[in-house]
This record gives sequence, structure tokens and C-alpha cells, in this order.
Amino acid sequence: MASKIKVTDLDFYYGDFKALHDITLDIPEREVMAFIGPSGCGKSTFLRTFNRMNDTIPIARVDGNILIDGKDINSPKTDVVALRRKVGMVFQKSNPFPKSIFENVAYGIRINRMHSSKSDLEDKVEKALRDAALWEEVQDRLNTSALGLSGGQQQRLCIARALAVQPEVILMDEPASALDPIATQKIEELVVELKKDYTIVIVTHNMQQAGRVSDKTAFFMLGKLIEVNPTDKMFTNPDEKLTEDYITGRFG
Amino acid sequence: MNESVHNRRKLVSKIMTTVTAACAIFAVSILLIILAYITIRGAASINWEFITSVPKPALDGGGGIGNAILGSAIMTVLASLIGLPIGIGAGVYLAEFGDNWFGSLVRFVSDTLIGVPSIIVGIFIYTLLVLPMGGASGFAGSVALSIIMIPIVARTTEEMIRLVPKSMREGALALGAPQWRVTWNIVMPAALSGIATGAILAIARISGETAPLLFTALNSRFFNYYIDEPMSSLTVQIYNFATGPFPNEQQMAWAASLILVGLILIINILVRILTRKKF
Repeated sequence: MASKIKVTDLDFYYGDFKALHDITLDIPEREVMAFIGPSGCGKSTFLRTFNRMNDTIPIARVDGNILIDGKDINSPKTDVVALRRKVGMVFQKSNPFPKSIFENVAYGIRINRMHSSKSDLEDKVEKALRDAALWEEVQDRLNTSALGLSGGQQQRLCIARALAVQPEVILMDEPASALDPIATQKIEELVVELKKDYTIVIVTHNMQQAGRVSDKTAFFMLGKLIEVNPTDKMFTNPDEKLTEDYITGRFG
Repeated sequence: MNESVHNRRKLVSKIMTTVTAACAIFAVSILLIILAYITIRGAASINWEFITSVPKPALDGGGGIGNAILGSAIMTVLASLIGLPIGIGAGVYLAEFGDNWFGSLVRFVSDTLIGVPSIIVGIFIYTLLVLPMGGASGFAGSVALSIIMIPIVARTTEEMIRLVPKSMREGALALGAPQWRVTWNIVMPAALSGIATGAILAIARISGETAPLLFTALNSRFFNYYIDEPMSSLTVQIYNFATGPFPNEQQMAWAASLILVGLILIINILVRILTRKKF
């Protein structure tokens, strides 16, 4: 399987604090990779390096290489806007804009001028909502406020919003951690469905969730990548003692 | 013993409640007394002629403050046209890009400017505009008022924009929106009702200012549509009427005060309505 994202010797700093140590990792195309590890281990920070979301933090600094489709995303020539279109993101806390459901999904299409006409825009919004398994629930109230949706629906709306700009990679930062079990199940089914077309990286605190949705799992601790392996192996016969201790609940 | 401690505690609590309640009643009653007094003294003189005609020579009786209402309206609108865009723009800068030494400087200067007595602003504009232009004008008055507005609007705009959650900005950035689009069509709309509230409060504030107009717009006894000439305003007109020796003009000052307070009250009620419907 070809690798979509190739990370080599990555160090990451918040000011003087070194948050990530020397990480080397390949993320294969059209698979789901899960990042697990105790809180504060750098999973989210690492995830946010892929779309350069850390640029918004003035004291953040990155060293080393991240290639997506062979291109160095931290090179001065990289267009961050184009990168973020290609690498979409879904956040831990659903963050719909205070606009209508339709406008939330249309936003990315509009700003990237991806539609040829009004009806094309409507088609693209519908497709994104269908892909996010939300269309049936909202088709009658597209023009009502997105903030009136339930938590799970809001999160799927955020997924639809990310899908609408036709990314290739989707980063998910604990997308179901604030949701009830039924909404969580819907998100998980969606992740499995989406990996047919997208490369997905998902941060999760829920070990069972990592087991259910991911092909590979990477285990982080204290800013270091301890182990990366196919998920089946990781949860039955990990290489590292630390991984086993974490997975079996000895700490964390 | 427990009983007595308990009783003492209850007594202290009662006393404190009474004292603070008395303070609250005092604060509100002052306002009510002012309103009632102005209404009693002024209401009788308000009629159609009063709000549409110009003042007559003092002892003739009759006449009105139509030109002052018009002048106040013109200068408030002009001051808002200058002050609101600059104030809102500065607030956006402070909130979105102002986390540096320059932002801190602007913030400090704004806060100082908010506390500067408004007569200082009047003197400043007198030197800067009135003297070079060779005379008082409605324009100079408007600029003075806009200077009072700018720091108020800038700081409230900044506060309101900072209230927009970071997660919302990140959501837009993650879709490939450039910074200016995030600010313009995500952050600003989300903060709009708050920004509007700040703007209207600033308008209410300047429509009650007298000192900055005393030597900038001066006053005029006629209807004046030209901003390069001295212009009447409600506040300066009230000052002139009230400090003059003629009873009929003093009576008109009461009526004009009532109209001014009424207008400001209406603006404040508008703010209440605006802030109520939040997303």
C-alpha cells in the first residue's frame, strides 16, 4: 500500500518545550490509522501538523519532514490554503458556524469556488450531506440554524462540511468523545465507509474504538512514538511492553 | 451558644441585605427623580412648533429647537460615519492581529482616551480644525464626536470578537479559508450583535455630549444643512438656554432636555432589543 503521508524525524516545540520527539511514521493511502496514548502525549499536536493547524500558535515550531504525496508541506513554497483543502479536519468539539445547515456545508465550496452554478452548489451540498449520512435527517430543514441540531448531528455536519471540499485526507481529533454511544456508533460506521475514498487519521482515547475502525494503530507516550502496527496485532500481541501495559489498562 | 451564633448570623445577613437594597433603591430613585423632574418641567412646552421651528429672540416667546434637533442628527450621523468604520476596524485589528507590542500600545491609548474628559477633545479639535478652517463648523463638531466614539467602539468590538470561540475559527481555517475570510464571514457575523450593541451605545454617548461641541460646532439660530458652518445641537442649545437670564428660554431648556433624554432612552431600548436575540 502506497503511503499518503510520510513523516521523517519530526520534532515539535511549543517554545522551549519539546512536545514531539523524533517521529518517523508512514500513513498508508485509503486506510484508517488510529493514534492512541495517554492525555498530553502529543497525539493531537502531531495530527495538527498534517494540515499545519499549529501555524495559529505563534510559539510553535516544527523540525523534520512531513511529505504528503511526496511534497514537503512545511516548505516555504507550500500554499497552506491548498494544503488545508486537501487535508480536511474534524474537531473534538463539533464547531458548526452560526449559519444555516446548508450554508455550513456550502462554506468550503464557496470559498474555494468549486461550484459552477447555484444548482451545482446544491448538488454538492446534498452529496456531502449524504456521504456524511446526515441527508435523511436534515433535508427538510436545510435553511434552519445548524446550532439547532443534536450533538451527534452537529458532528456529522462538520464531517459533511469537511467532505464538501473534496479532500484526500481527513484528520479526526477525537470526533466522538463528546457523543453518546449511538451517535458514536454512527460516526464509527461513517469512518469505515469513508476509508474507501479517503485516507483517515483518527485520534482516540477509546481503545475499543481504535480496534473497531482502524487498520493500523500508532501508540504515543510523552511525545514519542512507541509502536506502530496493524491494529489486530497491536491489540493482541504488541511488540512493546509499554504498549501492552497501556492497552491492558495498567496506566493511562 | 449555637443558638445565639445562629441568631447573630441571621441578623447580620438581614442588615447587609437591607443596606445593599437601600443603596440600590437610592441609585434607581435618583434616575427616576431626574426623569420625573425633567418630564414635569418640560412636557408642557413640547408641541409641534417647538420641535420644528428655530428659536425666536428671547423675549418674543414661542420658537423652538428644530434646528438643534437637525444639527444633532447631522453631526451624530457624520460622526458615526467617521467613527464607526475606524473604531470597528481598529477593534478587529486588536482582536485578530493585536497580540503584539503595537496592539498593547493601541489598547492602552484607547483606554486612556476613553477616560479623557470630552472637553479636552473639544480643545484639541479647536486647535486642529477650527482655527485652520477659520471658524466653527458642524464638520469640526462631528470630528470631535467621532474621536470620542472611536476608542469605545474599538474596545467593545475587540471584546465581542474575542468572545467568538477559537474552535469556530479553526473550523473555517481547516476548510482552506484564508485569514481575512475567516474574520470577514465567520467571526464578524458571529460577533455582529455585540458589535452593533457597542456601536449604538457609542452613538447614545455622543448624542449627549456638550463639551466637545462648545468650541467646535458652536451654535446657530437657523436651520443649517451645511457642515462647514456653525451648527446647532440639542446639548449646546440646552446649555445656552439654561445659562441665559430669560425665563422662557430656561423653560425651553427643560423641554429640550426632555427630548434629548427621550432620544437616548429610545437608543438604549434599541440596544436591549438587539442584544436579546443572540444566536
